[in-house]
This record gives sequence, C-alpha cells and structure tokens, in this order.
Amino acid sequence: MKLTNIFTMKSPFRDDFAIPGYYFGNGEKTIAIVGSMRGDEIQQLFVASQVVKNLARLEEAGMISKDHGILVIPSANHYSMNIKKRFWAMDNTDINRMFPGYDQGETTQRVASAIFETVRGYEYGIHLASYYLSGNFVPHVRIMNTGYQDAEDAQYFGLPYVYMYQPKPFDTGILNYNWQIFETKAFSLYSGSTESIDKEMAKMTWLSILRFMNSKGIIKYPCHGGFHPYVFDQSSLHTIVSKQAGLFYVLCKVGQQVKAGDILAKILDPYTGETRAVIDSPIDGTIFFSYVHPLIHQHSRMFQILKF
Amino acid sequence: MIKTVVSEDLAVDEQFLICKNVVGSKGKDGKRVCIVTGIHGDELEGQYVCYELLRRINLDPNSLKGQVEVYPAINPLGVDSVTRGIPAFDLDLNRIFPGSPNGHMVENVAHQVIEDLRGADLVIDIHSSNIYLYEVPQARISNLYADKLFPMAEMLNLDFIWIHEAATVLEATIAHSLNSIGTPTIVVEMGIGMKITREYGDRLVDGILNLLSEMGMWNGAKVDEVNKPIDSRCGEVNFINASRSGVIISAVKHGTRIKKGETICLLVNTLDGSVQEEVKSPVDGWVFTVRSYPIVYEGSLIARIFTEKD
Repeated sequence: MKLTNIFTMKSPFRDDFAIPGYYFGNGEKTIAIVGSMRGDEIQQLFVASQVVKNLARLEEAGMISKDHGILVIPSANHYSMNIKKRFWAMDNTDINRMFPGYDQGETTQRVASAIFETVRGYEYGIHLASYYLSGNFVPHVRIMNTGYQDAEDAQYFGLPYVYMYQPKPFDTGILNYNWQIFETKAFSLYSGSTESIDKEMAKMTWLSILRFMNSKGIIKYPCHGGFHPYVFDQSSLHTIVSKQAGLFYVLCKVGQQVKAGDILAKILDPYTGETRAVIDSPIDGTIFFSYVHPLIHQHSRMFQILKF
Repeated sequence: MIKTVVSEDLAVDEQFLICKNVVGSKGKDGKRVCIVTGIHGDELEGQYVCYELLRRINLDPNSLKGQVEVYPAINPLGVDSVTRGIPAFDLDLNRIFPGSPNGHMVENVAHQVIEDLRGADLVIDIHSSNIYLYEVPQARISNLYADKLFPMAEMLNLDFIWIHEAATVLEATIAHSLNSIGTPTIVVEMGIGMKITREYGDRLVDGILNLLSEMGMWNGAKVDEVNKPIDSRCGEVNFINASRSGVIISAVKHGTRIKKGETICLLVNTLDGSVQEEVKSPVDGWVFTVRSYPIVYEGSLIARIFTEKD
C-alpha cells in the first residue's frame, strides 16, 4: 500500500486539508474507488475504509494480481464532515457537481480537478454515492445512460439490482458522468444509508466491490458469486408521493417484497396523533427506496416500488 | 391582487406558500411581465426592487397598460431563514428547474412555478450574487438566447451585459427552463447577498419602467435616458482567483477601472502579521465583480475584470 496526497491546501485557520489516495498493486490503472465527497456521507466513508483494510491485507498476502493498479480515495471532503456540513465548508458548493473540475477555478472546482486528473484513465471507476433525500435504498449499482454505459460488467458486483439511470442536466457535473465521457466504465454504488452506519448494508457493498475485482482478475478473493442482478430503468419504478403532511411512521423496510394493499406507512397528525393517511402499496413489488425522516411534507417521495 | 402560486402542507402546522402580486390587467391582447426574485434565500437586492416597483406603479396605476406580476420569494423558507438553498433539503432551487409534477416536493414546486410563469412576455429574475461577491448591475444571458434578450436587457439601465457560453449544468436554472419553452427570461445580478443596495435597486426600477414603456405597457413617469451597458462580446472577462488561503484586504471597489500591475488586494496572515501576497491586476480593465468577504481559500474568486478589445 502506498499513501499519496492527491490534493493539499492550506486553510486560513484550520489544519491543512489533504485528500489521501491509497494505492495498491502495480502497473495498469485498473480500478479507482472514490468514497465520500459530501460531509454527511458517513456510510460511504465506512465502506471505503473497509475496502482499504481488505486490500491492505490482500496485498500483504500477495493476492493482488500482477500489473493491476488499484486506487481508493476514502474521503474528499472531511473539512465538511468534521463540522457536520454536507457541502463545502466555506461556500456550500458540492464537489460532486464540479466535475471534470478546473485547476484554475474556484476551490471545489480545483478539488474536483485534482480528483479527476488522478482517477481518469482507470479502466473501472466506482463512486460510493448518496441521495439528497433522507432515506434508504436497497444496495444497488447505478449506471448513467451516457452512450458509453456498460451494464454487462455491473453484474459482477453481485448486488441484487442494476439501475440504468437517465441523467438530467444537473448530473453532467458529477463524477460518474464525466468518468464515462472519458471512457472509464463507471458505476455508482448505493449502500443503503448515508448519515449513519448500517453495518449489514455496508458489508454487502464492500464485499460487492471485492467480488467485482475478483471477477475481473484484479485480486484473488475467495467469495461466492452473489446475486444475478435484475437490470431495470426508471419505467420499472413506481413512486409513491405523500398527499398529506405530518409525522411519518414507517412500517416496512427497503428490500421487502410487498403485495398490492400491504401497508407501508402511516402519516399522523402531529398534534392529535390521529391517522391522516394509511400508505399502502398500489402494486406488487420490492421496496427499492424508503424515506425515513419522521417528519414528512406534502408531495414528498415516500417510497419507490420496483415492479414485479 | 395577491395570489397564491404554490401552497403545500409542511409537516407540522404550516403551509409552504409562494405568493405573487398581480397589478394591472392583461386584457385581451395585453402584455404580461413578471418580476421574480428570492430563488436564493440569501439574495435580497430584489426585495427592494419589488417594493419600489410596486410603490411607483401604485402611485399611478392608470399608466400601466398590461399586467405586472411580482414574485418576491420563490424560496420563502430560504428567505425567511437566511438560507441560500432550500432549508431541510440543502438543495439549490436554481438547479432543479423545470421540476416535475410527479417529483418530490421541491421538484413539484419548481414545476408549479414554471407553469405559472409560462407564456409571460418577459420574466426578469433578480439575483444578488452571493454573500461573498459584490457585483455591478448586470444582465447575464446565455448565447443561445442573446439575439432575443439583448435588446430588452439594454433597456434595463444596467452597467454590463454578460453573454456567456451555454453550460449543460445551467439548463437546470429557472431562466434556461423558461427560455427553452419560449418565455423570454433575463437574469439580473447586482449588489451582494444579505444586503439591499438602494442605489442599484432604484436604477433597476428605472430600467424596468423604461422597458415597460418601450413595450407599450407604461405611460407614467420614467427617466429620460438609461445607461448604455457594456456588451461582454466587445472584450473578455478575466477571473482573479486566490492563489492561497488567507485573509484579504481589498484595495479596489467594484465598478472602477484598474491598470495592469495595480493592487487588487493584500492577502495577509493575521496570525503573524505578514503580507502573503499583493494581488495585482494582470490587465488594464474594469472591475465589475469584487470580493467583499475577507476569508479566502485557495481558488476563491477575488475579482472579475473586463478588458475591452483594442
């Protein structure tokens, strides 16, 4: 394992800011893994750290294949993480909207540029991503439809689902999109939660990364093949939006299979406790996303059900 | 007449409300101009423009031929809580347009706003940079829509019209979303976040009334002549970014001329009392943006300087 700072910067008054990169193996730029880029991505940091730990042990045991180079960047925004901010500590900009970055631009453009110059050219790229809503996903691989996407390779993670995502205009500044434009096969991994550690889902995610590398001959790591994934796009997801606001009381879990009519949640009057709405599933399927915050506004996305 | 544009239930005993004031009447063939501001909750220059424009129209309502709609707070939770983005979601509202009728609440709200503004003869979206930078009164227009919007922006009594390259990420702004559906929309940037610069507000209101007059919508009092703005296509914009982190002590004002080699600011270390760098202008030009907030990180924007072509 070789540790190199890929970006350093002095702060006016805080300790110096550095983004460390952990390199394993030798030779070709085979796979790069980027963990947390937002200050609330604790689960993503945890997953990345476990990948580093496993790779360090595998390297010691001589289990990293010849001529393969692996890079892991566990955190690119601990300046925000340490003060419990989601976006950049100074100006609240989002590093993951600044790619491919600009080394003469504003601070987060420079951070993005340093990351991108380091991770571009790798054959595979993995980003441990998060969602803007407070909620949990079934662990899955997400691939953007950019014209350069490769759904075939995504199955080697052995996660249960592969979501082919149609990018929106604001997605053009994110790492995954730019990786693909520069011919890296890019995958975003959603590992359940964000602000807190969900050990079970985190482990599922870091094992899937090791499984992928094993399948591609990058490492030798004894493991089972995992799931044969179901590949789908937006049209397979049914979104349930709240018609009422209030206290949100969830009665199901992501990954759970439901039938039409099964009760998923209740919305309660926050003062009287009376039930304002009983949320049931309109279709048979699997709960792919669940909003988890105990307060819910009207027209909020509560669940996404993956149709059977 | 005050109208509710958006009304959504919040979790605990509150409505998310976006309201507008509709003055005048569009009639059968009349025109409709909309003034929009408060998309970023920390940008308040537009609040004065809304007040002053309504005040002047209310003094002489019969001179208005057509309909003016004033939307002072597209992001009411942000404006009321000193928050740039949408509180609780930590999202930039001006990066999720045109929204979606089936999307999450914020996307749904963005969609409703677009539908309400759709079909206007002109929308003016007023911003105030951010809390870090002071801007001269200027319009910002994508080159995709410059032919249509530049002649109208010229009438707004501004100092500068910046025609910029189209960027995919900016397709998620309210201005792009409206322009792309045929509703002409001009973005005005002026002043600085969290403040009201009354002089700039008065100038823009003069400009709006001048434009309304040119559109045949206003017969009342107006200035005899508006300022002719600099066209960014006549030169180039130079960006001055901090080469290191520290504290800056500014030596220039926005809207002033500077010569190559003159000092823009001192970048100092307040722990040891040293000057880290004397930041000098690389060009002769006109400073139309200058940093007000003294703390900088490496890369923070310090100034924008416009240089005219020879």
